[in-house]
Amino acid sequence: MSNSVHNAGSVPRLALKGVTKQYPGCLANDSVDLTIMPGEIHALLGENGAGKSTLVKYIYGVVKADAGEMRWNGELVDVVNPNFARRLGVGMVFQHFSLFDSMTVEENIALGIAPELAGPGLDKRIREVSEQYGLPLDPKRHVFSLSVGERQRIEIVRCLLQDPKLLIMDEPTSVLTPQEVERMFVTLRRLSDEGVSILYISHKLDEIKALCHNATIMRAGKVVGDCDPQVETPKTMAEMMIGTHLVAPQRDETMVEGDALLVVDGLSMEAEDEHGTSLKNISMEVRSGEILGIAGIAGNGQTELMDALSGEVLADHENVVLINGELAGRMGAGERRDLGVGFVPEERLGHGAVPDMSLWENAFLSGMKRKDLLIKGFMDVVKTVDYAEKIVKNFKVKTSGVDHNASSLSGGNLQKFIMGREIMQDPTVMIALQPTWGVDAGAAAAIHQALFDLAKKGAAVLVISQDLDELFAVSSRIAVIAEGKLSPAKPVEDLTVEQIGLMMGGLHGMPDEGGQKRVA
Amino acid sequence: MLLKLESRGEISRSMLYATPLIAVVLTLITGFFLFVFLLDPSKNASAFDALYTFFVDPVIASGGIAELLVKATPIILCAIGLSMGFRANVWNIGAEGQFVIGAITGTIVVLAFYDVESVFILPMMMVAGTLGGMAWAAIPAFLRTRFNTNEILVSLMLTYVAVLVLSWAVHGPMIDPDGFNFPQTRLFHDSALLPIIWEGTRLHLGAALMLLVVLAAWLIISRHLIGFQIRVIGMAPKAASYAGFKEKKLIWLTLLVSGGLAGFAGILEAAGPAEQLVPTFPQGYGFTAIIVAFLGRLHPVGIFMAGLLMALTYLGGENAQIMLGMPKSVTGVFQGMLLFYLLATDVLIRYRVRIGSAVAKSANA
Repeated sequence: MSNSVHNAGSVPRLALKGVTKQYPGCLANDSVDLTIMPGEIHALLGENGAGKSTLVKYIYGVVKADAGEMRWNGELVDVVNPNFARRLGVGMVFQHFSLFDSMTVEENIALGIAPELAGPGLDKRIREVSEQYGLPLDPKRHVFSLSVGERQRIEIVRCLLQDPKLLIMDEPTSVLTPQEVERMFVTLRRLSDEGVSILYISHKLDEIKALCHNATIMRAGKVVGDCDPQVETPKTMAEMMIGTHLVAPQRDETMVEGDALLVVDGLSMEAEDEHGTSLKNISMEVRSGEILGIAGIAGNGQTELMDALSGEVLADHENVVLINGELAGRMGAGERRDLGVGFVPEERLGHGAVPDMSLWENAFLSGMKRKDLLIKGFMDVVKTVDYAEKIVKNFKVKTSGVDHNASSLSGGNLQKFIMGREIMQDPTVMIALQPTWGVDAGAAAAIHQALFDLAKKGAAVLVISQDLDELFAVSSRIAVIAEGKLSPAKPVEDLTVEQIGLMMGGLHGMPDEGGQKRVA
Repeated sequence: MLLKLESRGEISRSMLYATPLIAVVLTLITGFFLFVFLLDPSKNASAFDALYTFFVDPVIASGGIAELLVKATPIILCAIGLSMGFRANVWNIGAEGQFVIGAITGTIVVLAFYDVESVFILPMMMVAGTLGGMAWAAIPAFLRTRFNTNEILVSLMLTYVAVLVLSWAVHGPMIDPDGFNFPQTRLFHDSALLPIIWEGTRLHLGAALMLLVVLAAWLIISRHLIGFQIRVIGMAPKAASYAGFKEKKLIWLTLLVSGGLAGFAGILEAAGPAEQLVPTFPQGYGFTAIIVAFLGRLHPVGIFMAGLLMALTYLGGENAQIMLGMPKSVTGVFQGMLLFYLLATDVLIRYRVRIGSAVAKSANA
């Protein structure tokens, strides 16, 4: 990898000093110092809630700090709003894209940049920039027809058109295949060579090691250390981040696999809306005691598969989904739950939990029947609170009480709560979509351990994820979903990340068309 | 110049409960100035006197509390039912029509047993009234769940149908045979009238039943599985489908409950203060109930308070007509102001207003 020499001159591109931001009940940034040189790729590491987002928002002029100063090329600046930040030369690529699906690439870009740049000739400039940096984009295409990786390119190109001096990237690779990640790194290194500074926020420690020159580690609002990712290992960085010794969850190799508890046989489903993905003849088996992983890039049918398995969308025939041997294809979510299925959906707030309800009410949401929390149709509050408190205790959910709303928890903590809620109902089949998405290393390890324990107790566990590291860490077999089709599952020992990456891109290794029955 | 709304982020819980009070205060202030301009100089009354006449006199008058409760009973009953639906994002706007139909179906029982004296007549009327309201609300429920039509439009339009049905009924089949062809039903006989529970006033049994409904609704919405399902589907529809709650079932349920309660309110009104049906029987309670439901934050106790306040504007409006020669529409103006200020303060606790061109564009632009 290219460890580019920082540009000459000792004036930092960006220097923060003593940045402090107090939110009600939480000190988000506690006199944070951060220095980024021209051309430096600087990683910002930290668990969820460590204060990274607040700091970035301060730099970008979205939030005001209570104290502290920001120097830009040595000069004291007061970034009053994002417009000002953009004029300084700060560009930001957000974790969640803000694009209009039904507009073209060019229109989307024109909407998000300074009006004087959006005039005629924009499509030419888009082509130039995208070719120059190896980010192929067709300005005339509609966004809905693009892959997630391509959509991210739009955001990056939008930043580059404004000729940024500092590029902030918030978790940019969470939606990319390994190959796409590698391509993006080439672009970033080129930008760095041209003197653009990059602030790179990620929790993927391998990537930081591969890409970044320096790293600043934050914990609980404070900077707890700076390090050179080249000399650290991912494990040591993770430990600095969470502040304790990290115990990697271990898969029990002696797990005995038993009967198939979840069987999907030839499941096909038309997409509900035009931008959705249709499921095509999906077949698989998940056996008692095993964890089956399904890899794939976002938008290739994962959500649709999850909906079909959870019963939120019903299949056409009852015999395409079997749970514990029962024909379940036409059963609703409630009935499948009664059969002993636990679900962890991707979206924590609003799907897996009701944001404005207390934790105990959220425990009641899915546990009412399995945990027997109803007395003649009324909520057994005492028993439900007790159940919620047990979840909090057993799964080390950080909260000041189960009376607090689900929205008050950080993403990782809420995910632990949801995972715990499902696991404590002793499911025989567990289906989790992106169980550690946006979750910090400590919480991710706890969630993985919980999945192992569950499998060990004899449950059939299905994990659908875009995170290959996660799948290789937890699964005994992995299948790949691409464009709504599922490949046969192979034992992890027989697979490499590269193979999976190629299959995720849909290049080869996929089962043939034509209804040939394959059981994963 | 440009006005922009910026989200304030977290909403303060105390503000959420304070806004109805702020709205009331702002209404009073505006009302004061309204009176300053409206008062007839010959009446020799100040705007303070007018406010007093409007808001205080009705309560301290003899039997004022009873009158307030009588007025508030149908409004609160309708609002309680509507709030169940509103919480689940089911927008029944047609409580007025369900109220009228409930009164008609209840009155059919009265007329059918006109020569019977029995304690069973009142319960039968109540059941018939409730069923009538439910049936009227079942139409938007069926159309929404079957054809995905908009229940706001259907329920609203059915209100006008209901009023015409009433007009037809009191001109035709239900007309009082001894009524010299006036469009009205017979006066209800004693077995069909609600017993008075406060001697010397018009306070009838319906007010007590209304209190029971308020308490039951409170219990159901906060502790019963049905109430839980209603809250979840309103706050997070995807979480409701995740939990396996059936949306169609809840649409039916909330529409039937709100229609049923409106119908129940309708027959209580007929068997209480009205004592018969006439074409002018509907007083707009079903529409007022929409304001009351929101003013009360969709919470049964809040609705109870808001219902009393709204009843006060009715009584105050009548008082102002009699004592000060104010136009009748003053009542409507006050109710409108109340809702307007409530909505305005609601927006302002969620957003702050920015003026001018130096507005921060959205962060991700």
